[in-house]
Amino acid sequence: MNAAMSSNEPAAAMQDALRAAGTQAQHIGALWNGTLVLCTLVFVAIVVATIVAVWRAPRADAATRPDTTSLEGPEHRIWRRVGWATGAAVAGLLVLLAGDVFTSRALARLPLRDAVNIELVGHQWWWEARYRDGDPSHEFTTANELTIPVGRPVIVTLRANDVIHSLWVPSLSGKKDLIPGRTATLRLRADRAGTYRGQCAEFCGLEHALMALLVHAVPPADYEAWAARQRQPASEPADPVARHGRDVFLGTSCVMCHTVSGTPAQARTGPDLTHLASRQTIAAGMFPNNRGYLAGWIGDPQALKPGVNMPANTLPPDDLQALLAYLETLR
Amino acid sequence: MTAPDPRHDTLERRMPRADPAAATALERTWRDPPGIIGWFAAINHKTISKRFMVTTILFFLAGGVLALLIRLQLAQPNAGIIGPDRYNQIFTMHGSTMMFLFAVPVMQAVATYLIPLMIGARSLAFPRLNAYAYWIFTMGGIMLYAAFFVDAGPDAGWFAYVPLSGPQYSPGKRVDFWAQMITFTELSGLMEAVVIITTILKLRAPGMSLNRMPLYVWTMLVTSFMVLFAMPSVMLASTALITDRLVGTHFYNPGEGGDALLWQHLFWFFGHPEVYLIFIPPLGFISSIVATFARRPVVGYPAMVLALVTTAFLAFGLWVHHMFATNLPELGKTFFTAASLIIAVPSAVQIFCWIATLGSGRLHVKTPLLFVLAFFFILVLGGLTGLMLASVSLDTQLHDTFFVVAHLHYVLLGGAVFPLFGAFYYWFPKFTGRLLNERLGRWNFWLFFIGFNVTFFPMHLLGLWGMPRRVYTYPAEMGWGDMNLVASIGAATIAASVLLFLVNVARSLRVGAVAGPDPWGAGTLEWSVASPPPMGNFEVIPVVHGRYPLWQPQPEPTHVEGMSNEWREVLVTTVADAEPDHRLWMPSSSVWPFLSALATTVLFVGSIFTPWAVVWAAVPVAVATTIWFWPRRAVVRERVRSELRP
Repeated sequence: MNAAMSSNEPAAAMQDALRAAGTQAQHIGALWNGTLVLCTLVFVAIVVATIVAVWRAPRADAATRPDTTSLEGPEHRIWRRVGWATGAAVAGLLVLLAGDVFTSRALARLPLRDAVNIELVGHQWWWEARYRDGDPSHEFTTANELTIPVGRPVIVTLRANDVIHSLWVPSLSGKKDLIPGRTATLRLRADRAGTYRGQCAEFCGLEHALMALLVHAVPPADYEAWAARQRQPASEPADPVARHGRDVFLGTSCVMCHTVSGTPAQARTGPDLTHLASRQTIAAGMFPNNRGYLAGWIGDPQALKPGVNMPANTLPPDDLQALLAYLETLR
Repeated sequence: MTAPDPRHDTLERRMPRADPAAATALERTWRDPPGIIGWFAAINHKTISKRFMVTTILFFLAGGVLALLIRLQLAQPNAGIIGPDRYNQIFTMHGSTMMFLFAVPVMQAVATYLIPLMIGARSLAFPRLNAYAYWIFTMGGIMLYAAFFVDAGPDAGWFAYVPLSGPQYSPGKRVDFWAQMITFTELSGLMEAVVIITTILKLRAPGMSLNRMPLYVWTMLVTSFMVLFAMPSVMLASTALITDRLVGTHFYNPGEGGDALLWQHLFWFFGHPEVYLIFIPPLGFISSIVATFARRPVVGYPAMVLALVTTAFLAFGLWVHHMFATNLPELGKTFFTAASLIIAVPSAVQIFCWIATLGSGRLHVKTPLLFVLAFFFILVLGGLTGLMLASVSLDTQLHDTFFVVAHLHYVLLGGAVFPLFGAFYYWFPKFTGRLLNERLGRWNFWLFFIGFNVTFFPMHLLGLWGMPRRVYTYPAEMGWGDMNLVASIGAATIAASVLLFLVNVARSLRVGAVAGPDPWGAGTLEWSVASPPPMGNFEVIPVVHGRYPLWQPQPEPTHVEGMSNEWREVLVTTVADAEPDHRLWMPSSSVWPFLSALATTVLFVGSIFTPWAVVWAAVPVAVATTIWFWPRRAVVRERVRSELRP
């Protein structure tokens, strides 16, 4: 990791296919290791064969009389060697095919009892996450950061409303596309607690590069506590400044796009902000969720993420500070 | 011919020449008219092919400059040299240029030079169509770059996935220029395929039965048939995209019953075979170069030909491996895994045959051979990472990451660009009469080889470490900065190497060693004529008795008698056995293919702005093509007079 990492930046979360922290990524990692060994052997064999062939063949020049004996009769010895090499290649390919089939089977056999159901919707350029439950009163919506229980399977239902996106959290699982008009599912399970970073993997337009996602894998009890908090609507701010901030929120264009449940703000064009302060980052995993970045983001989002669909908001300084104070109460 | 040495002596004894008067008459007959109008009227296959090659190489250089800009921006995390809007245009232009304006057409460009010379023909079939195809291609490329320079370059990726490329998410004309560029290049590509197939099947010299065709000619035959089946798919796809964008059809709009995945199926049904359109012709370069520089025929001719044909068939059964991350049924994906693995077998057979050829030959180590030897390192590595991507499970981790960027560059540069450079070093003396400088060639090669690996090998690691493709920047704390910097340094090395190649070409054109007809002691027919070849290619049409006519004894009959030197007469032969069938007069040089291409360009570009352009611009197209085909009374009379009646 880069030593220049400053405390202002979000903590570097793992985003690495070679460091698996989930069952699915582990299966794929095992297949990767086997494939890498086999392919390396084949590569070395072919390169060595080429070098030996070139090394041992006598040298010639353009005037050297060409050897055309092969045009008169078959070259059995050479053909046999080519035949053996081809046979070995076919055998190697069958091994790879078997490895793929068995890995696919292992991935498909992830036990799904007691799964957490999350519906993830891709937007240009952020993620909307709805935690589904048999009991509608247990459902809630959040954005750009998922919290999941370690050791329990998660079924992520993938949809997109605008263009194609792709969910990829390499430490947990392979990727799956979110395609408008289609519904896909991704099943995964985190086996180690930690924060795993993911990123949109399908080119989705201007800010494709700045569309990240954090997955916090936490012990099941912590997950239940987190989910219980997320189900609560926003509480009435106690502090008068924050109360003024809420009025600013409800009285300006914020309310046109965002939801804060428990208030009249119920728009769903932008991320749900009911528990904004409980998230580590803003702008789809790109910037730390602190007062400075939040103020900059509200004032001029285009400066941080050019092309983002959020408009600039010019608020009087007092109103802005009040709004920030309010947003910080949304835990 | 110059510089007689013993080899050329035997060659000239075997390949009889016409008397000087006949040769002069032949030259006059096949020459294109002089002057500026004559320049636009040129249809000689060598003239058009040279322009075609230069044009595609210019696009290669343009695409390379774009690649350098990409590497400049990505060399450091959080760099702000190029903003996202410009960056997306640049990587889209880089991909589109390299795939549509360089890799596929350059193979056709080289083929239109070499094929007639390799099969003993005086011309391509349909020389005017060939010229038209070239002009169409050039104008399509110019249109795309004109759009780019006025900030209307496409920005939805060279693959232009809907709905991102659709009317709602890509307003403006940017994607329309891209889609129309597809129309231009695919039209050109299809016509070239028709020209090449007809030339190979009907204009081979007597005696060159299918089983005596040089392997390179086989690769172009197979490639051209693949073009016929692959390109209609992308033309259909891009036309539906254009109508979605311009007249409100909803082929790809899920909200109106369209399907976003339809685009991916159509695009990759073309896109995967396209990889092999780029990869198969270089296999022919390699077979030519390996045979000549190992001083023996390539091992296993039938196996080589069957491998090519097998590759071509299998190439159409792989397209879904570009879509493993979509929600297609998992069991069905396994079929495409198996198909993607199987296609490695014919490639392996060819590689083994070449290694056997090298091992059992006597090696003349020159720059062309070096570029081919690099193939065994780079392409094999790229092929093996391809096997990794063929696995559904592995692909879900690797897909759309820098691992794929590494893979595709290993395959396309190792499989196509390195052999192509080898081919330029090999045939440059035939094209120009002078040899490229060997010393500069070796510098060119080693800088390219080292620079290439320094650029692209780290990208495998970046992909595994989680770096997605098509990102204009990345945060510093991801830890991707160092490897990206290494890759950018490698890219600069490649640029230096390509610059050296250009210097070599410029220098050798003026002061390069004079080549003579056959500087390498090669075995195929193109080396039996002067360098550069006369306008009519062969003073007399040879009769072929083997796969390597210049290496094998040449029994009687040695050549065809009685062909006209006053008219552009060619000998049409039968498809399988190349037995003389009838004589055909090729058309005269004409400016109308150029003018027709101009009219077609007006139609295509106009239809970006209004669908009515399809109606009114059809008039000049119809007029131009009608005049193009209008028979000349005097020629018809002569033709009738020349017919031998029973």
